[in-house]
Amino acid sequence: MTQAAIRPDASEPMITMSGVGKWFGAFQALHNIDMTVGKGEKIVLCGPSGSGKSTLIRCINHLESYQQGEIHVGGILLGHASKTIDAVRREVGMVFQQFNLFPHLSVLQNCMLAPMRSLGLSKAEAEECARLLLDRVKISEQAEKYPAQLSGGQQQRVAIARALCMRPKVMLFDEPTSALDPEMVKEVLDTMIALAEEGMTMICVTHEMGFARQVADRVVFMASGAIVEEAPPAEFFSNPRHERTRKFLGEILGRH
Amino acid sequence: MGREEFVFLLMGLKWTVALSAVAFVCGSIAGLVVALARTCGIAAVERIMAAYIAVFQGTPLLMQLFVVYYGLALVGIKMDAWAAVSLGLTLHASAYLGEIWRGAIEAVPKGQTEAAKALSLGYVSRMKDVLLPQALRISLPATIGFLVQLIKGTSLASIVGFTELTRAGNIISNQIFQPLTVFSVVGALYFLMCCPLTIYGAHLERRFAATSRS
Repeated sequence: MTQAAIRPDASEPMITMSGVGKWFGAFQALHNIDMTVGKGEKIVLCGPSGSGKSTLIRCINHLESYQQGEIHVGGILLGHASKTIDAVRREVGMVFQQFNLFPHLSVLQNCMLAPMRSLGLSKAEAEECARLLLDRVKISEQAEKYPAQLSGGQQQRVAIARALCMRPKVMLFDEPTSALDPEMVKEVLDTMIALAEEGMTMICVTHEMGFARQVADRVVFMASGAIVEEAPPAEFFSNPRHERTRKFLGEILGRH
Repeated sequence: MGREEFVFLLMGLKWTVALSAVAFVCGSIAGLVVALARTCGIAAVERIMAAYIAVFQGTPLLMQLFVVYYGLALVGIKMDAWAAVSLGLTLHASAYLGEIWRGAIEAVPKGQTEAAKALSLGYVSRMKDVLLPQALRISLPATIGFLVQLIKGTSLASIVGFTELTRAGNIISNQIFQPLTVFSVVGALYFLMCCPLTIYGAHLERRFAATSRS
């Protein structure tokens, strides 16, 4: 595949959010979110704790419902009917901070379950696909083990493989390295970088600014449930426009 | 106590086993329905199930058996003692198991449901493949404990004239005037039923723990 073929294509939006508003009771968690993510585009979403970044990506696969505006994913309007929700979830993979592997199933079974149940793959097909993807995240030799027998970094790579087994068009990452010991962060980021290089459309909530510099096409900064600014990483880091962004970057980069 | 009397006790034991088995199986199936209804997310259904559970937890089993046996006869539904007692024990077990399993389903971390939803698993698969297997492990000690209690609870069936182990013991005791001997044997027979179940439960717990050990 040539570089040109996997460059993000803004003319073909994968996700569009327009005027999205979300409330938890009386608390407004998202304010009028407008965001378009092109096919193959990598977005890093950052912001202080409680700024609504997790809520935003959880709206994209309807783990959270939204009350205002519209979200389209892969051309499907994400309504509140279970039919469109299922259709969207088949296209969107998600990786969680706490891995959320199924502890009673082996690594292989974790990866085979959803393709068999919701894509209707046969056992043999699902296993072939699972082994292929476990190999891709370099964990194939652990296929028969249970999640509790793996390290955090290994568990998160299994979680990535499990999501990829559904052949998603979009991958959402919700702070995938925040629960990891420092020495395991790199193996997970490397897996994500490899995925990005293959042209996957990705939205990552993360504080790994090195990852953002290397991989992101755009960095989106949120505060208090609204998008404050968005820019390509070079511009975002060297020349942040808003005071809140500068303050956030000062805090987060000052630590390193 | 002679051989004949002991055989009579074993006949009673047979009915106690049969009654326990029916109450286990039917009570578990009905209990699963109760647990699922109790966690379905529809407020009205959940409230009705909460009331159902409250009624059975708040009244003695003995009274429940009376109501089923005599109450149904009053409204013209004829049932023999065996069917009435089975129904009573099934209803009783469904309420208790339903509540035990409801708690266990809710004790499974929320992330499991979210991961299953994100993988576009539907309700049936989420329950069958993800939540219930984990809930079963969580609830195992309480479930085994209740089932052991249920075996002993079948002795109350004697009150409506059903000849299971306890009533058989009573009859023999009245014939041979050796209550201490007779009821020692009856007690030992109950113990022989309950104890293996407890041991099996502990064995299952160890096996489950082995697969989730870190």
